[in-house]
Amino acid sequence: MGYIIENKNLDLLIDKLREDYLVYAPMRYKGQGEFSDTDSIRYGEIKKASDLELEAKSEHTFKEILMPISETLFYYTEDEVKVAEAHNTKEALVFVRSCDLHSLSRLDNIYLNNGFGDFYYKRLRDKLKFVLIGCEKSYDNCFCVDMETNKSDKYAFSIDIRDGKAYFDVQEEALLKYFESVESQKADVSPLYVTENQTRVKLPSPENIDVNFINDHELWREYDKRCIGCGRCNFSCPTCTCYTMQDIFYQDNGKAGERRRVWASCMVDGYTDVAGGGAYRKRNGDRMRFKVLHKVYDYKKRFKDNNMCTGCGRCDDVCPEYISFSNSINKLYDATKGGRDD
Amino acid sequence: MIKNEYIPFPSTIKEIIKHTDIEYTFRMSYEGEVKPGQFFEVSLPKFGEAPISVSGYTNDSVDLTIRKVGKVTDEIFENYVGDKLFLRGPYGNGFDIDTYKGEELLVVAGGTGLSPVRALVDHFATNIDEVKRLHIVAGFKSEEDILFIDDIKRWEKTSNLVLTLDKNENNYLAKTGLVTEHLPNISFDDISKTVAVVVGPPMMMHFTVLKLLEIGFKEENIWISHERKMCCGLGKCGHCKIGDTYVCLDGPVFKYTEGKLLID
Repeated sequence: MGYIIENKNLDLLIDKLREDYLVYAPMRYKGQGEFSDTDSIRYGEIKKASDLELEAKSEHTFKEILMPISETLFYYTEDEVKVAEAHNTKEALVFVRSCDLHSLSRLDNIYLNNGFGDFYYKRLRDKLKFVLIGCEKSYDNCFCVDMETNKSDKYAFSIDIRDGKAYFDVQEEALLKYFESVESQKADVSPLYVTENQTRVKLPSPENIDVNFINDHELWREYDKRCIGCGRCNFSCPTCTCYTMQDIFYQDNGKAGERRRVWASCMVDGYTDVAGGGAYRKRNGDRMRFKVLHKVYDYKKRFKDNNMCTGCGRCDDVCPEYISFSNSINKLYDATKGGRDD
Repeated sequence: MIKNEYIPFPSTIKEIIKHTDIEYTFRMSYEGEVKPGQFFEVSLPKFGEAPISVSGYTNDSVDLTIRKVGKVTDEIFENYVGDKLFLRGPYGNGFDIDTYKGEELLVVAGGTGLSPVRALVDHFATNIDEVKRLHIVAGFKSEEDILFIDDIKRWEKTSNLVLTLDKNENNYLAKTGLVTEHLPNISFDDISKTVAVVVGPPMMMHFTVLKLLEIGFKEENIWISHERKMCCGLGKCGHCKIGDTYVCLDGPVFKYTEGKLLID
């Protein structure tokens, strides 16, 4: 069911939704960008319609809501452990673009379908409904079309704002009442999506990837020096899920503390370190190879699904060394000489 | 509701068997299914968790042979005075005893690599009728580093066992040299059908497999077990991933035909 609501009435809708849901969406944090006088666009809980930042592309992703940067798993004392409460026990609506909605299925696969199900992920995941932000235009470094993530068909509702009006396509029946409760006009609405990006990638065919050949390929050596192993690409990636366990204890009682999991990066030193001093993939180029192959080959091979990478291009947006992930995919394609050719 | 796999359970230390200054076997209370080569995450709140292989088991216990080489294990050895540890697991595929029944079996173990295969070796050395023949090559750095010496003496009675030390000053029980040096001297009934299990440090496994292939072993008859950093053991944390394989879920035991494709 489609609705059109004048922008001036949007606050009413948000108020109604907030009676029952937490609403997470990209927000503009003034002056908090990485350079002076720039803003940071990242996820936060919105209180009113003007908090929504639907124009710019967010540099961080919604995954922080599902898998917090640091998440306490349990508290321990000498004799017992107590499961930590979820940071969010209320139902929530999360505003995401199409690429990120596709990314959700990648997170689900790792956390729910790869061997054991994850208790902590599941309890947060069950509370979330996803709102599709339509894309009127492609942003810098986006390559969703080639990754086939530019369009999404399933969402709680979609939102597009243009010409002073907001356009909604509401799929989830339980949410219809909120739209009926404010001044709205019924209409046929379908979310906007982009059909071409300036950035293009050619994906190597899985059958052309011979790990013995590609792992030793000289294309990775470029990254030994260019990459500084900072991990920003992983932390801004909507599909990176790795974490490391961390135990902390309280200063006033050293016998009590908590175990947390915190985000980890396969690009950062220490990721593969084993007790006794062993480590694997010591060169940054090898880590780049590990990451690129995971995103456009390994994941797909394991889950018989789509590629892990959803083409949001955030890793390119945030890399301090201006390394382009889309370029590295294309280099991999060239190195494997063939594959899907447009 | 999904089971919360992250919560460790307390397990009583029933016995500590000291092999060397830095390697002890902790016999822990545990009732449940477990296979040789599987591992537990041993948890010491405040210090963290470490994946440790099962080196033996009974109906009400598992043996965890722990080497003092890291943050968690240092603490267990140096300061830990309690009578229990926290565990979660068992995780990983482990060795399936049935796979090796009826075969001529060679087990090559280097150092603490003997732990994950100890229960497998022990099973066949005790039930020697279940295999055609059993060859064991166990290598350690020096006399001080030998693990499971009582087991080794017992296994020697039913199997063709070579104990070797990289540096052997005057240990009359053991030979001298790397495990690879002894492999060509073993007389196999049929080398093309003999099944080999190789576990040890990465370099030792690499050169052992090369030597086995050189003397006539078939790739598909070789099994290996990998070690990696593992924070969860559940296929989530990502640290042990190689290619499309999660060592904690799909391994740590692999057929060499699969294992050789795992390139870091």
